[in-house]
Amino acid sequence: MATAVPAVDPAAYFEWLQRVGDNALILGHRVSEWCGHSPVLEEDIALANTALDLIGQCQLWLGLAGEVEGKGRNADALAYLRDAAQFRNVLLVERPNGDFGNTLMRQFLFDAWHHALLGALKSSSDPRVAEIAAKADKEVAYHLERSADLVIALGDGTEESHARMQKALNGLWAYTGELFLGDAVDEAIAQAAIAPLPQTLHAAWEATVTSVLTEATLTIPGKVWQHGVSGAGGGKRGVHSEHLGYILAEMQFLQRAYPGGTW
Amino acid sequence: MYAQLVKAEGMKSPEEMTPEERAFQERIDRGEKIEPKEWMPEGYRKTLIRQIGQHAHSEVVGQLPEGNWITRAPTLERKAILLAKVQDEAGHGLYLYSAAETLGVSRDELIELLHAGKMKYSSIFNYPTLNWADIGAVGWLVDGAAIMNQVQLQKTSYGPYSRAMIRICKEESFHQRQGYDILMKMCLQGTQAQKDMAQDALNRFWYPALMMFGPSDKDSIHSAQSMAWKIKINTNDELRQKFVDQTVPQAEYLGLKVPDENLKWNEEKGGYDFSEPDWSEFFEVIAGNGPCNTERLEARVNAWEDGAWFRDGLMAHAKKQDARRAAARLAAE
Amino acid sequence: MSSEWPLWEIFIRGQHGLNHRHVGSLHAPDADMAIRNARDVYTRRNEGVSIWVVKSNDITASAPSEKGPLFEPSNSKVYRHPTFFDIPAEVGHM
Repeated sequence: MATAVPAVDPAAYFEWLQRVGDNALILGHRVSEWCGHSPVLEEDIALANTALDLIGQCQLWLGLAGEVEGKGRNADALAYLRDAAQFRNVLLVERPNGDFGNTLMRQFLFDAWHHALLGALKSSSDPRVAEIAAKADKEVAYHLERSADLVIALGDGTEESHARMQKALNGLWAYTGELFLGDAVDEAIAQAAIAPLPQTLHAAWEATVTSVLTEATLTIPGKVWQHGVSGAGGGKRGVHSEHLGYILAEMQFLQRAYPGGTW
Repeated sequence: MYAQLVKAEGMKSPEEMTPEERAFQERIDRGEKIEPKEWMPEGYRKTLIRQIGQHAHSEVVGQLPEGNWITRAPTLERKAILLAKVQDEAGHGLYLYSAAETLGVSRDELIELLHAGKMKYSSIFNYPTLNWADIGAVGWLVDGAAIMNQVQLQKTSYGPYSRAMIRICKEESFHQRQGYDILMKMCLQGTQAQKDMAQDALNRFWYPALMMFGPSDKDSIHSAQSMAWKIKINTNDELRQKFVDQTVPQAEYLGLKVPDENLKWNEEKGGYDFSEPDWSEFFEVIAGNGPCNTERLEARVNAWEDGAWFRDGLMAHAKKQDARRAAARLAAE
Repeated sequence: MSSEWPLWEIFIRGQHGLNHRHVGSLHAPDADMAIRNARDVYTRRNEGVSIWVVKSNDITASAPSEKGPLFEPSNSKVYRHPTFFDIPAEVGHM
């Protein structure tokens, strides 16, 4: 079936799809690191579900990215054979896991944004995007419900759990600004009505985050320096933290060490 | 197996049994299931706690060697499959702990016993996974051996254990296949380097897999009692033979060589003759001297201790919420 | 000192409109988390459309020692089963 593909610069479209796909890939990878090491079996299983959802989403987004690029690269080729500078995920998702609270806080801050984004993408002008978003949105609605409730419970829980969650929030807050950073690529995508401008998601995100963090009795850091926003840096533009190199060294090891293998 | 060397309490002859014990044994002989809270000999209860607990610990520690490769899986699909597989192991641990809990022991108590070195887990998980083919070999051989045992245990006499096994067997049928599938890709379509990797994995995992069934127990009084109670259905030797007979043709299909010069089809017994594993190595691994014992236990202890604040935090919140709801009710009255 | 999360019994109604069925148990700090954990633990293979959770401690079970008086009397009420009655074949399906 021929789908109506919106008129948009393919290079910009490819760039944008990598951003969405790489966020899912890198966060899914980070979350999967917990498998076998979580504080309790039930959480181990739940977190693996989140990671599986994200890996599944990244396969769809990067698959579409490869299609749009038109050079015969599939999702695996993009995931396993690009170097760090070609990755387009935000810095937030490559932050190290830290303690379990840090992982949950990172998840919550991301989920709140992810949910807002996918909600908007469901009415994308590209039906392929709308279809992926419709599937992913159901998964992410659950991720958000779960991470929000855990953030609230741990903020409210004991003195120690409160202190740990506040510390996690303080450390991660400086990586939330990049989620709403828009550039020429985003302009082109918004023009074609494929996705909204990142800035337009801020109000919904802020409302979710403020309400949850308040209920969690945590203090929102307010205006602080935001990484990856000013200047030419930032993961969206391919300038990453040192952490991504290590993630890729691990993730891509087999494909790099045994080129041409069949797995 | 996942529960190796489980000590059963001493076996009694029908004459030595109390009337209650005799009636209990007759129920088992009739194929009735024993359910929680029903009368059972203390030895039956204790043996089951040891066996189910060890089985549960094995599932959870068993997450580690395979989890070791989740972040290095070679394709996105393999990553997802492996993650789902290792997640299942956590689930199986959970089901089994729940079964043990019906016998009057809490999950936390069992976990503390494992961490204190007072309960064991299967020897197999103290071997390292060194290359990607090991993940194939673990699924094929380790899960293959485990399934062989677990299929029998679906008929075990203790209801909750039997039901957990039924659920586990249903879920686990994909585990062995995904392992074999990894090796089929590498051996039948892969490069020479990949085939070498697969042979290396088989060389290292063959004997540890045979050890999973435990040493010969044909003369063991523990086994005789466990079999009378139907918490063990086959002898270790029977299962090991069945495993070898099933696995050798599968290795041949992959073009891999089983690392045993004495392996030979024996027409008379309708099975393979094969070499025994080095049982002194087995006892060393059980005693804590395997290649990964320290790391495996340390990883579990760290996960548990580092997660204490999380578990306590959620419990504290739940209690506060209860208190708030009670206060609200009171205020409304 | 850490306190263990309570144990919950999980009941799931599958796709086909049958009753909720006991599928197993798990630990959770409260009922809401028990439902979520049940979703993650017991419906990984598309097994359910509805979840009930009950604290294990809140379940009142019949005593095993009562098995005889509770269940055996119904053994002799064979007329409660349709097969008790012989209906001639010419009457047709009933």
